[in-house]
Amino acid sequence: MKLTKLLASAAVAAGLFAGPASAEDMRIALVVKALGIGFFEAAAKGAEEAAEELGGVEIIYTGPTDTTAEGQIEVINSLIAQNVDAIAISANDTDALVPTLKKAMQRGITVVSWDSGVAEDGRQAHLNPSSNPLIGNMIIKLAADHLPDGGEVAVLSATTTSTNQNVWIEEMNKVMGDYPGIEVVATVYGDDLADKSYREATGLMQSHPDLDAIIAPTSVGIVAAAQAVADAGKIGEVNVTGLGLPSEMAGAIESGASKSFAIWNPIDLGYSATMLAHQLATEAATAEPGAEISIGRMGTITLDDTNAAAMADPFVYDSSNIDDFKDIF
Amino acid sequence: MSALKSREAILFGAIFALVALIATRFPGFVAPGNLVAVFTDTTPLMILAMGQMVVILTRCIDLSVAANLALTGMVCAMINVAAPDLPVAVILVIALVMGSALGAINGILVWKLNIPPIVVTLGTMTIFRGVIFLLTEGKWINAHEMSPTFTGFPRAEFLGMPVLGWIGVVIAIVMMVVMARTTLGRAVYAVGGNPHAAVYTGIDVGKTQFKAFVISGMLAGLTGYLWVARYSVAYVDIAGGFELDVVAACVIGGVSIAGGAGTVVGTLLGALFLGVVKNALPVVDVSPFWQLAISGAAIIIAVAFNAKSGRSKGRVILKSAEHAQ
Repeated sequence: MKLTKLLASAAVAAGLFAGPASAEDMRIALVVKALGIGFFEAAAKGAEEAAEELGGVEIIYTGPTDTTAEGQIEVINSLIAQNVDAIAISANDTDALVPTLKKAMQRGITVVSWDSGVAEDGRQAHLNPSSNPLIGNMIIKLAADHLPDGGEVAVLSATTTSTNQNVWIEEMNKVMGDYPGIEVVATVYGDDLADKSYREATGLMQSHPDLDAIIAPTSVGIVAAAQAVADAGKIGEVNVTGLGLPSEMAGAIESGASKSFAIWNPIDLGYSATMLAHQLATEAATAEPGAEISIGRMGTITLDDTNAAAMADPFVYDSSNIDDFKDIF
Repeated sequence: MSALKSREAILFGAIFALVALIATRFPGFVAPGNLVAVFTDTTPLMILAMGQMVVILTRCIDLSVAANLALTGMVCAMINVAAPDLPVAVILVIALVMGSALGAINGILVWKLNIPPIVVTLGTMTIFRGVIFLLTEGKWINAHEMSPTFTGFPRAEFLGMPVLGWIGVVIAIVMMVVMARTTLGRAVYAVGGNPHAAVYTGIDVGKTQFKAFVISGMLAGLTGYLWVARYSVAYVDIAGGFELDVVAACVIGGVSIAGGAGTVVGTLLGALFLGVVKNALPVVDVSPFWQLAISGAAIIIAVAFNAKSGRSKGRVILKSAEHAQ
């Protein structure tokens, strides 16, 4: 109830400002956790791309110099003073930013969060980079794509209690039926320690001599497994895949130990967050549960009960694009 | 002496039985190639445990070895990124010197300020990790940023075993000579066995402890480079919690936490025992939920064995009375 009231007042306020400001560009502020982080610099690139595509949009890329909520509050206050049209923020704290962002919304500024979310009261919509079912499907698809005739795959996870990894593996198991011939022969845990992950990967190759792929949905595990495969001389026989960062996986892609892996694409994320903010600020779409919002080349997202949405499948990195991304994040 | 010998014999037997047991479930484990791989994999633990042994023998403990390893390893990796053409020999010298320096910090604090070693090394452990964070701002150094010679050195094969394994062998031989044949080695035993008596024989207890920390730090530094090169990645948390494995290896190997008792061979066997368990668990298809419990139980059983075999018999003064019982 409160939210709709807020939205209504925000819309009224936006209407008041829309008149005199219409001649100028729409100004969308992309607020990041901290400046100077490759991941966010890439997101800013995506935001610029969206601005160009939309036309008449100016991107203000800003953020504190260190990853603190206080720093972000200062930045938001100055954005409110500048009377920007929309704020798209990756938050350093879920709750601490809510009062300031509420103030922004009261002044008619459209507020969306992306990547790292803000509590429901503090934003109109939130954009997740991906969703658990999409990730679960992606990690098995990455392995299956290189195994047209089926084969044995094993999962190298973080710890037995890592919530993220367990949910992704669960989601993966749900869609196993879509990948006939692919058999998950083992799930082992490297505890996100390089040496234990390395040992577990070596063990997998020993106890399953016909192993075709190792899926590691954790950035420490995937690097360690790739190294273990390289050291065992099994490059080409065992493909290491899963979730990792391009900067950390560049060596494994180069050596061939990993054919491909996935992680969210920050450029797409910045692009989509800008598109979403633009759609809401121009009132081309309203932020309400079930709303379908078009985000340009990334297609359409659907807001759930908490006004949150998932952008897309994780982005796949392989030898064709790793060089473009390895210096970014 | 015979008691020590038998302690090592028990441990050797335990490792042999363990390997035999594993072989019944996974025959490939006893293939010569795999045994060499297990030995090589355990080498970092063995090197660190030998340094830790010297420290424990002097009635101290060094909890900062893993953090020292991580810091020195990170610095080696950063130097390699900045100057990829620097020969590995220079990197090795840097690792040894830097590790020694970090160990000397511990040693100075224990020697000159008389702070309990567990407190000193608990502090430096956190400081070393913090320094890595300051140096890198949490960023990783990855395989493609390191030069091939830097990462290739420990895994280069020589007579069928990677260089990493041979380094372990060489250090083991050097340490055996140092502990048995040099004044430093004997002083270490004297200081741990009876500090007061050591003082009366002219041994500087604090200085000996200082030297022990330098040795431990030097070996940790060397392992730092080897570790980073082997896993081809350097970040703040590498070898997190490894100091506990190192202490466990010493204790299993019969090094007395009270100081003064323990051998290089025992420590090596202790490390090897842990190494075999760590390498075997992934292949014998044990549920991961059980693995920690099994590792822990193995440590306690081994230590219980040691405690029993190492218990001093006491002097029997009433032989006839004993026979009467």
